[in-house]
Amino acid sequence: MFMVSLTVFILIQLPPGDFVDSYAAMVASSGETLSAEQMVELRNRFGLNDPLLVQYFHWIAGILKGDFGYSFEWQSPVSELVGERIGLTLVLSISAMLFTWVLSLPIGIYSAVRRYSFGDYFFTFVGFIGLAVPNFLLALVLMFLASKYFHLDVTGLFSSEYENAPWSWGRVYDLAKHLIIPMIIMGASSAAGLIRILRANLIDQLYMPYVVTARSKGLTETKLLIKYPVRIALNPFVSSIGWILPSLVSGAVITSIVLNLQTVGPMLYQSLMSQDIYLSGTILLVVCLLTVVGTLLSDILLVILDPRIRLEQ
Amino acid sequence: MNTENKASSGDVILDVRNLRTYFGTGEKAVKAVDDISFKMMRGKTLCIVGESGSGKSVTARSILQIVDPPGKIQGGEIWYYGKDPKGQNLAAIHERSAEIRSIRGHEISMIFQEPMTSLSPIHTIGNQICETILLHQNVDEAEARARAIELLRRVEIPNPQVAIDKYTFEYSGGMRQRAMIAMSLACNPKILIADEPTTALDVTTQAEILSLIKELQTSYGMAVLFITHDMGVVAEIADEIGVMQNGKMLEFGSAEQIFYEAQNPYTLQLIDSVRKLETSARAARGSRVTDKKLMEIRNVSKIYPARSGFMGRKNPPFKALDNVSLDVFEGENLGIVGESGSGKTTLGNCVIRVLSCSGGEVLFRMADGRIADLAKAGTHELRQVHREIRMVFQDPFASLNPRMTIGQIVGEPLLVAGTHTGEALRKRVEELLAMVGMPAGAMERYPHAFSGGQRQRIGIARALALNPRLIIADEATSALDVTLRSQVLDLLLDLQDTLNLSFILVSHDIGVIRYFCDRVAVMYKGQVVEHGPAEKICSNPDHPYTKALISAVPGTHPRDKRIVNRHRYDAAAEGIQLSGS
Amino acid sequence: MSAENKQATAAATPAAAPADAASPTVNMANLRGGIEYASQWQLMWARFKKHRVAFWSMWLVVILYVVAVFAEFLSPFNPEDPSSMTTYQPPQMVRFEGIKPYVKKFELTRDPDTLRAIYAETEERTYLNFFTEGFEYKMLGLIPTNIHLFGPADKSHKIYLLGSDSLGRDMLSRVIYGARFTLSMGLIGVVLSTFLGIILGGISGYYGGKIDWSIQRVVEFILSLPTIPIWLALASAMPRNWPPHLVYISVTVIISLIGWTHLARVVRGKFLAMRGEVFVIAAKLDGCSEGRVIFRHMLPSMASHVIAAVTLAIPSMILAETTLSFLGLGLQPPAISWGVLLKDAQKISVISNAPWLFMPGVATVLAVLAMNFFGDGLRDAADPYSH
Repeated sequence: MFMVSLTVFILIQLPPGDFVDSYAAMVASSGETLSAEQMVELRNRFGLNDPLLVQYFHWIAGILKGDFGYSFEWQSPVSELVGERIGLTLVLSISAMLFTWVLSLPIGIYSAVRRYSFGDYFFTFVGFIGLAVPNFLLALVLMFLASKYFHLDVTGLFSSEYENAPWSWGRVYDLAKHLIIPMIIMGASSAAGLIRILRANLIDQLYMPYVVTARSKGLTETKLLIKYPVRIALNPFVSSIGWILPSLVSGAVITSIVLNLQTVGPMLYQSLMSQDIYLSGTILLVVCLLTVVGTLLSDILLVILDPRIRLEQ
Repeated sequence: MNTENKASSGDVILDVRNLRTYFGTGEKAVKAVDDISFKMMRGKTLCIVGESGSGKSVTARSILQIVDPPGKIQGGEIWYYGKDPKGQNLAAIHERSAEIRSIRGHEISMIFQEPMTSLSPIHTIGNQICETILLHQNVDEAEARARAIELLRRVEIPNPQVAIDKYTFEYSGGMRQRAMIAMSLACNPKILIADEPTTALDVTTQAEILSLIKELQTSYGMAVLFITHDMGVVAEIADEIGVMQNGKMLEFGSAEQIFYEAQNPYTLQLIDSVRKLETSARAARGSRVTDKKLMEIRNVSKIYPARSGFMGRKNPPFKALDNVSLDVFEGENLGIVGESGSGKTTLGNCVIRVLSCSGGEVLFRMADGRIADLAKAGTHELRQVHREIRMVFQDPFASLNPRMTIGQIVGEPLLVAGTHTGEALRKRVEELLAMVGMPAGAMERYPHAFSGGQRQRIGIARALALNPRLIIADEATSALDVTLRSQVLDLLLDLQDTLNLSFILVSHDIGVIRYFCDRVAVMYKGQVVEHGPAEKICSNPDHPYTKALISAVPGTHPRDKRIVNRHRYDAAAEGIQLSGS
Repeated sequence: MSAENKQATAAATPAAAPADAASPTVNMANLRGGIEYASQWQLMWARFKKHRVAFWSMWLVVILYVVAVFAEFLSPFNPEDPSSMTTYQPPQMVRFEGIKPYVKKFELTRDPDTLRAIYAETEERTYLNFFTEGFEYKMLGLIPTNIHLFGPADKSHKIYLLGSDSLGRDMLSRVIYGARFTLSMGLIGVVLSTFLGIILGGISGYYGGKIDWSIQRVVEFILSLPTIPIWLALASAMPRNWPPHLVYISVTVIISLIGWTHLARVVRGKFLAMRGEVFVIAAKLDGCSEGRVIFRHMLPSMASHVIAAVTLAIPSMILAETTLSFLGLGLQPPAISWGVLLKDAQKISVISNAPWLFMPGVATVLAVLAMNFFGDGLRDAADPYSH
């Protein structure tokens, strides 16, 4: 956690200059100028003149108290700004992950069992394409197709009438409708990766001696498949949360930027551009923590599922 | 034995006629089983014996139609008379049909070589046994569980109520095979197919499993089809024997016929190569052991420190070697024998400093008279010692770098030592290859062009390159088929006669030790429990563990079944305890 | 049992199933000099060639890089050359009159109400010639010339095989030029991260112990971070007014900073596995020094695996570049890369009228796909001794 927070802080401090500089540039572009005194005064107000370490501890101490700092640009506390967006990011990432699993599990099993069949080649090929198409391009293409052929607007997570409405079932339904396209975009490449992993693992397991043993007992092929090799090949599947989550969150950011979804993605982009450090710092921190915690969770889940890890050293 | 010789046609339980199982089709098909016929009698044991690749395993699997793809039965009939007195042709049933499934595990069940990988790693033993019971018998889960516990008790697994909920990796090797047997007995099958069930086990454990199978066979009245490569095991248990090579059945007959009146030259060769290892080549050749000490191993220990395990669990430190002291004399062949985990390989590795010792001295008298302590030698000194002590490894496939030609591999020590370069190097390598009976043409080839036996010869040539005085051979013949084993040993002995060599031979195989060694040290749990002349240790040992070990070695005479009368060692209770991890 | 089974199946493949010492060696003279004389590279090549898709993908990759190197020669027009009369012109199809290729000319009209450009195909033909004269450039940066592979026979005409962009620039030329930046960036990025990965992974795997532990924790940490937000943060740290070549270098560095972890893992894993290999122990006992053990015995066995891993890493670098440039955080115009070109395709209003702006995306997907297949084939062939 400490490492994450420090890394994030260093990252957001990397750009030369600070918010005041870019604020000055912004103001300048609109024709006014900021005097040197005004800039100094602004810096003092935001504590930007303190040594970095002091700034860092201020920030961390604030976070521990639940205060994520103040957004210079939006002139409001960070927690207010990102609260709902983080929730939506989570919803998006988790639904994309579910989509990934629902898609890759049956296809992976099918591909392994019917190896070298037409279907296997087909899915392998589609999978390769899924890996090769960058998220943003897929987002663009789907957006293009949706607007051209279905006259749908796929940007945003809510229809305009629900945009600022309070939560209701209608709003949830509306959100679900809007989630589908981003879910597909984000899930596609992860699913392609997972299918390949599952297929390879399962093929390894299919010819293990214990499968022959089970067959020699008289089990039907389907039961045998599900109880033994699939069950065992699932273990690496579970631990895949570890690497899927970071890539899904990455995907969520980029997809959100392209489709202008109300997640933390566009806000991160915006705040990085304007060097709104507390805002971008918080978003980065939360997003990184999310993936680190996800990785941890997958490790724990694996321990629960696999007696070999649970009981051996 | 309740079934005497009354082999009438009504006693046939399985009749295999002209079975052919191929991998692939057309011209390229590998004929793993090529036109094989045999009969099995009720309550009798049929052994099919052959070396690796002979098709014996595929034959066994063809009966239940569980040959891995692309293997497929291409022709022949398998008549089973257990269910229907008129017989069922198992070869004609579809491999996925309910009919064949009702045979599998119910009428005919099977156990395999590697109990570790043949049982699911993530299901409890109980779960896997109950599965068979629930599948074929109309009972509820509680009843199935009770029966599973009874079966575990029947195969002498202690504390079956607890053991039933353990996982495979919590069992020791012998226990796993017992559990496997319990599983196969779950539905009182009429035939038990045992596919090399003892090959992965230590010799004392093997003896226990063999007696267990024998005893269960008698009480359940099963016929047993036993697949093995080990003529010794065959001699102990077989009523009838089939000898296979390259997918063909060369000879089929009663144990008496095969062992005492074999007709086929291959069968004779198989039996001879085993019987050869019941003699001592050293005694026959007249050994030239001197009384000059070449190496003194003094109080060597190897301790693996405690490791903290998962969730703060601590594994205690493990003593792989506990105060081992031994001498090697010039011109002598010292054998180190023991079962897995005895520390024999660790000792071999410590002596040559592949592993560092935790304590003790390994004093080696160099050619120039200096004494070097290998346990403490620095890099430079070690390098010098390593010219005089060389190693031959167990696995002929892993020990040769696949990216180098044979010439480069054999020449590497010469090149590094700087003794030979250019044309002289080539000459020397050629000479070395000639010594081990390999043609000079082998030099430009890569290891993948050679068979296991040939590779082992190349490994020996590499060991000889720098004119060593001591060679440590770690299970150097274990990976080879039995007919090759004595060939390689003879090669080593021939070389010894001409090159003034001494050997430390590490092996689990009493036969190999007896054949090759002058003196033997018996290791058990990191300690040398007994050492002395090979002849004496192998025929009349003092220590109870050695007695148990030697008496568990199967003989080669079906008229004299040794395992039945074997000596049991109580402290060797390892096989009767559940190992911790 | 299973071992025997494997033997039985393996007997069909060359180099396998040595029966016993007495039998003659398997003689498969289907390779130059016979298989016994084949080195690992020859075996790998034989195995790789069997992998059809990978084999053809390799040629595609080669072609792509050739295109990147000879971008000036292959593009008919200067990619920066605007033409106000032909903005957003649709692609023209190459047709043949006998063996003479030509395209039909488009005529520009404007919608009287919206003033939107409407192109209509006419029957007027613009013929194509090979080795035509065009803009001046230096071949390979050395030889000044103005010869291009093809171009319009009549120099006053412009042809747009892939359409034109908002300023009427030729998309084909731009995509060809973009290949140069994008593909070279993938290559350089991979070289950088390979360097980092091999050094750190090698140290980690060879020395083990505490060093290994700390490097592994760092790798795990980096792997558990979401890459794109980190890239964004790093890329936004670049001053906007940097010259293009500096941006180019820093984007490459940023991409490889994250990419090395995977390679480090591969190298470490191989080193660890290799350290316990019996033939490595044998080499040590042969008296080889540490250096000789590593370079003569261990590295050759790893090389093929590392090369395969590196090939598989290039596509992810390319994807990273396009993503960053697409967001405006990587390369900036006037530099041309596929990512920069795709930035033009960001607006739905634009792409619904001019879908050919997706062409750089198609090129990206094609390149990544080819390299993935190529790398996959390499990986499968990397260990010619496994079955």
